[in-house]
Amino acid sequence: MFGRAQKKTANDAEADDPRRDRVFHVHQVSKIYRMGEVEVHALRGVDFDLYPGEFVVLLGPSGSGKSTLLNILGALDVPTSGEVIFYDHDLSAADDRERTRYRREHVGFVFQFYNLIPSLTARENVALVAELAENPMPPEEALATVGLSERLDHFPSQMSGGEQQRVAIARAIVKRPEMLLCDEPTGALDYETGKMVLDALARVNRELGAMVVVITHNSAIAAMADRVIRLRSGEIVEVRRNERKASPEEVVW
Amino acid sequence: MLSTLDRKLLRDLLHARGQLVAVAAVAACAVTAFVALGSTYRSLISSQRLYYAQYRFADVFAQLERAPDPLAARIAAIPGVARVETRVVKDVTLDVPGLAEPATGRLVSIPARERPTLNDLALRRGRYVSSGRTNEVIASEAFADANHLEVGSTIGAVINGRWEKLEIVGVALSPEYVYEVKGGGSIFPDNRRFGVLWASRDMLGPAFGMQGAFNDVSLSLAPDASEPEVIARLDQLLDRYGGLGAYGRDDQISYRFLTDEIAQNRATATIVPAIFLAAAAFLLYTVLSRLITTQRAQLGTLKAFGYTNAAIGWHYLKMALGAVGAGLLLGIAAGAYAGFRLTEAYTLFYRFPVLYYEVGAGLIVLAAAISFASAALGAVAAVRRAVELQPAEAMRPPSPARFQAGLLERLGIDRSVPLVGRMIARDIERRPWRAAFTALGIAMSVAILVVGFYFFDAIHYLMRLQFQVAEREDVSVTFANPRSAGARYNLATLPGVLRVEPFRTVATRLVHEHRSRRVVVLGESSAGTLRPLVDQDFRVHPLPSGGIVLSSHLAHLLGVRAGGAVTMHVLEGARPVRQVPVSALVDEPVGLSAWMNIDALNGLLREGASTSGAFLRVDSRQAPRLYALLKRTPAVSSITVRQATLKSFQDTIAASMAISTTTMVVLACTLAFGMVYNGMRIALSERARELASLRVLGFERGEVRTILLGKEGLLTLAAIPVGWVLGAAICAMVVRAIASDLFRLPLVITSQTLAISAGVVAGASLVTALAVARLLGRFDLVETLKTGE
Repeated sequence: MFGRAQKKTANDAEADDPRRDRVFHVHQVSKIYRMGEVEVHALRGVDFDLYPGEFVVLLGPSGSGKSTLLNILGALDVPTSGEVIFYDHDLSAADDRERTRYRREHVGFVFQFYNLIPSLTARENVALVAELAENPMPPEEALATVGLSERLDHFPSQMSGGEQQRVAIARAIVKRPEMLLCDEPTGALDYETGKMVLDALARVNRELGAMVVVITHNSAIAAMADRVIRLRSGEIVEVRRNERKASPEEVVW
Repeated sequence: MLSTLDRKLLRDLLHARGQLVAVAAVAACAVTAFVALGSTYRSLISSQRLYYAQYRFADVFAQLERAPDPLAARIAAIPGVARVETRVVKDVTLDVPGLAEPATGRLVSIPARERPTLNDLALRRGRYVSSGRTNEVIASEAFADANHLEVGSTIGAVINGRWEKLEIVGVALSPEYVYEVKGGGSIFPDNRRFGVLWASRDMLGPAFGMQGAFNDVSLSLAPDASEPEVIARLDQLLDRYGGLGAYGRDDQISYRFLTDEIAQNRATATIVPAIFLAAAAFLLYTVLSRLITTQRAQLGTLKAFGYTNAAIGWHYLKMALGAVGAGLLLGIAAGAYAGFRLTEAYTLFYRFPVLYYEVGAGLIVLAAAISFASAALGAVAAVRRAVELQPAEAMRPPSPARFQAGLLERLGIDRSVPLVGRMIARDIERRPWRAAFTALGIAMSVAILVVGFYFFDAIHYLMRLQFQVAEREDVSVTFANPRSAGARYNLATLPGVLRVEPFRTVATRLVHEHRSRRVVVLGESSAGTLRPLVDQDFRVHPLPSGGIVLSSHLAHLLGVRAGGAVTMHVLEGARPVRQVPVSALVDEPVGLSAWMNIDALNGLLREGASTSGAFLRVDSRQAPRLYALLKRTPAVSSITVRQATLKSFQDTIAASMAISTTTMVVLACTLAFGMVYNGMRIALSERARELASLRVLGFERGEVRTILLGKEGLLTLAAIPVGWVLGAAICAMVVRAIASDLFRLPLVITSQTLAISAGVVAGASLVTALAVARLLGRFDLVETLKTGE
């Protein structure tokens, strides 16, 4: 259902369509969690589109709904109402098996707490995902892209947090995904290592052309983005396009 | 009013209920085995003691040819002898209504006017024999039940050449025949075709020409008497009267079987619960360790607020005691029931007037004490680490799991093992002890099955060896007295007799240096085919024309080898003493056997050609006519029909097998379930984040399940051969422990036993694992990823 061939058709046949380059069309998406007696409105009718090769930062304080939004884009969660269209497929209607295939073929995830497999080395963590993909890059190349050629055979427990996060990025890019979804990728890191991770993300965006979506509550990172989408209490309060993307070295917080 | 901490305890209990149920189940098995086997052991041993005391079971026994009654007074005068009972005992051929084949009856005299001073009867039905009147007998209960004989039934018997009708006036049990077998190499009970009949001395004495004489004597000993001395003095006294050698209780076949059985029961009652309690302690250790890891922060908080180490330790200990306590209650109930059934099964083989079955309070207290002790052992080890943590440290998340290159890398095969395989291998290597204990537990469940099935393998093997390979005759006939060689021609003319092979049996004492043993030497034709010399590997050995062949066990007891010589003290006739060369040894599992060429044996006795009986091959179509004739043949004292004996024993075995097989399978499956379930739940809990990450990265549910199942599968596979070896080792220990002069169990473990034990355990593991793997479906991916460990 989510094969690559279908994506091409969408691009070619509807070349004049204003939606032609659209990766995601998010329309009136709401998410309501029931926590016991209480209903929590995590998202309230969110609308936006995402385009190929974009670097997008979703900015907002805790509870703004940005993580929920990322989980819905990554098909980890389904909206309570509204639709999420990936090219021409409705993610909100997909079943568990289809959502798994979607993640497997199109999405690279980067988590706040890295979520590496502790029993596998850096190279093996990357290879694990490469084995799932149709046309992956060699794991060594993915690790070189994030500057970790020297640490191929180290286990997660033998690496710093920044190194672990860069392994996670290598793992996410190895299958050459169309997009990278990053949940507070620098949230657990100190300033210096955080910047190294941002640098790796910028490189992936620039050199591989992958769309990168980063959620953060650190507004300084927003300077790196093509577009910044600001959320508060489950609603989009601002969409801003940066005239000039800052390089990671220029980002200061 | 529950304290807040207790409320937390209850909720934790509820949360970890699956694993605690596993712990409780394993503990329940321990207690069930302990209570069932313990109570059976206690009821058997107290029933045995009480029975022997109440019915005055003798201490020393002797058979002889014939001695005058006044000798009894001289026997009583031997220092250390408390009481003496002399008897007339003869085996006769019986014609039992409803039984085609002839049966063998052992007629045992009892005083007409009073109860026997030793080996008294426990009358079950009917009455004691009356004085004066002849032909009244009391039948043994096993024999009466097997043949549906009641008080008032009559059976035919050939008594000293005359056909007599015996009237059953009572049915009784005797401490001498708790396990009722004929003896003389026959160790399997056949209650239809062998039975004891008690008749008054007034009747048996005249009937067998034993007025004022006896051919059997039993003694009881004074408390401080020396049994070997009394036996030596008794042998001296009886020597002139054809004494066949006195022996103590240890060589009395019924006593020996019962005592061995009880000893075996006691060993099992110790080993099995120990295995399960160790398993329960290990499971508790892992469950609580895991719980404490997930509750580190809570623990730190509690300590920060001022809860003492003791309070926190007790908190977790209560959880362990709760789980084991539930197992204990279940185990006591199940154990009492299983013990009752087990004791009941024993009555198929062993006959007691009253079998006291009770689960004593002492046993329950002991069961509670040892199971709580094992719970505490498992819990304390886990809790100790928790209480040692400083509060601040406890509130920080634990450092990430350390993995390193291991065995695969050292072997240089890591690149050829799939990544999932590497994850599993490293996971096992990271906690080798936990993996080893899990595997050991699974191995133990395999071993339990191997040991359990081994006993049936061994009995089947013995039966096959004895009844199908070694004893190929259809019927064996024993004469009342040795007869001339011409008797074989008389037998050959009987209907349906295809082949006659005469044999000569001689009671002897074989002596080598200071060692001696009472042995019946079997003389047969070297050209015979019906009773070949077969060793425990089913190999047939030729019978040399000269010298004596001994079973390896007998040679070992006498300290003699092939090529040596033994002194043969013949215990009948002129009682000659001869040197005989040992020409060969045969490794045979039953009894103490010695064989000679019949002509050489007769030459040694200087008796000319005489025979004690013959092995017959019979045309089965003519068998009924033959049996009918043999039943009334005066010269014949005993007839054994091989096929009938085999069938009878198999029926008895089948009944007891059903009970023990079920028990073993339940025990083994529970242990395997406990190990695998717990292993997987812990893995699921420890690796939830890892497994959820894999799902997010695009792994399908089936692929993640493989990772989760892989480790337990690998451990189970590794455990199976270990279990086989452990099982075989336990069998070897048991074989050594219960080897006796009566029989030695061979160490034969069939491939069927190995396959069943592996199959049952692998099946139980797989079912458990698949059930746990279903929990993967309930994973909330987002929830699992939100927080760090």
